[in-house]
Amino acid sequence: MIAIIDYGVGNLFSLTSSLAYLGLESKVTGKPQEIEAADRIILPGVGAFGDAMDKLNQTGLVPLIRSQAEKKPLLGICLGMQLLFEKSCEYGEHQGLGFVKGEIASLAEDLPDKTLKVPHIGWNALHIRRQDPLLRYIRDGEYVYYVHSFYGKNCAESTLADSEYGLTVTGVVRSGLVWGTQFHPEKSGDTGLRILKAFGEL
Amino acid sequence: MITKRIIPCLDVKNGRVVKGTNFEGLRDMADPVEMARFYNTAGADELVFYDITASAEGRTLFTDILTRVAREIFIPLTVGGGINTLEDFDRVLKCGADKVSVNSGAIRNPGLIPAAAQKYGDQCVVLSTDVKRVDGRFMVFAKGGRENTGMDALDWIEQGVKNGAGELVINSIDTDGVKDGFDLELLDAVAARVSVPIIASGGAGKKEDFAELFRHKGMDAGLAASIFHTKQVEIRPLKEYLRSCGIEMRL
Repeated sequence: MIAIIDYGVGNLFSLTSSLAYLGLESKVTGKPQEIEAADRIILPGVGAFGDAMDKLNQTGLVPLIRSQAEKKPLLGICLGMQLLFEKSCEYGEHQGLGFVKGEIASLAEDLPDKTLKVPHIGWNALHIRRQDPLLRYIRDGEYVYYVHSFYGKNCAESTLADSEYGLTVTGVVRSGLVWGTQFHPEKSGDTGLRILKAFGEL
Repeated sequence: MITKRIIPCLDVKNGRVVKGTNFEGLRDMADPVEMARFYNTAGADELVFYDITASAEGRTLFTDILTRVAREIFIPLTVGGGINTLEDFDRVLKCGADKVSVNSGAIRNPGLIPAAAQKYGDQCVVLSTDVKRVDGRFMVFAKGGRENTGMDALDWIEQGVKNGAGELVINSIDTDGVKDGFDLELLDAVAARVSVPIIASGGAGKKEDFAELFRHKGMDAGLAASIFHTKQVEIRPLKEYLRSCGIEMRL
């Protein structure tokens, strides 16, 4: 069973539907015993970093998530991936979970080409930089669906894949049993489904 | 780099897709779920569903269809038609929509876009506008294009973006159904005023029309209904053609 951490952010309809479509049992939960009983964990998220981190801290689940992430695969999606980083500068500086070395920065500030639109929304090619079991069912250059205004940087040692949008946008990270995708696999068509399938087999 | 998008639009009335359809090999040629499956396999980058029913029964049927589509098709879904309140946003987002398109609802209630953008984020709010030339000026039309609101379209659209619309569907009534190309004059005028993604609608009749569209700065997506439904233009060959023209496409 996959425990999808419930901390009151985002719409989880597509995520739960895509896992069900793949035959992967999942449950949206904030109960410690269910998270402990799960064989893997997904940390979802949309919205602002500081607000989401506050909500996650308020659940009291952070120490449990830390200890569980040493025993079983954890996947952060979109803002959930960003929370895995050490810190973010979105509306002030905020501490993240610190699984992944690096930081979350503003696309609008860093983009050299100011005519590029922010948020970065749409289908972009995912370039695989390091082979990994999570990416075993996809080929280099397949398209994934992004919706975000902030991005992970200074995280080269954890980066598995990235996309180009006027700068290098971190697409997939990994540190130990913790993975993260900036894009939405649950909205990335067949490519996304194959990534989720691989996560279910990790 | 981000791809340009090809978006089929499904107008749903009483649980059925209306506008001419000509799908061979489908069990039910006007079943929205079947058509969504077909377009997903064909390589559509996104799907737009418009609810054109007026009755409560039709609305329930529509949300039921949306839920069924969202349970098995994992590409972005935009929903429009009958969106007048935040409750309407909530209703379709809970059924699996990713973006919500407002048109008449925003004309009737100018507070709708800012309130929705605040609650769900700009990326979730799509402003759809029906535009027609009147005495050489672009005007906003309401009620499915039947009524001139008296509002200048470019001002209206610019204000909508300032209020938080994260994306625009620009539907030209002048070129709609003519099949001789998108209304590039209108689209260029819009692109000069805003910097959010623009989805062009109305006028596509052949694959070259899409290539011409994407040569214009600021155009992100081409939307069409009947030419895709009738297979006058097929999505995969269209995308292959566009890629051969040097336009980035998801294939």
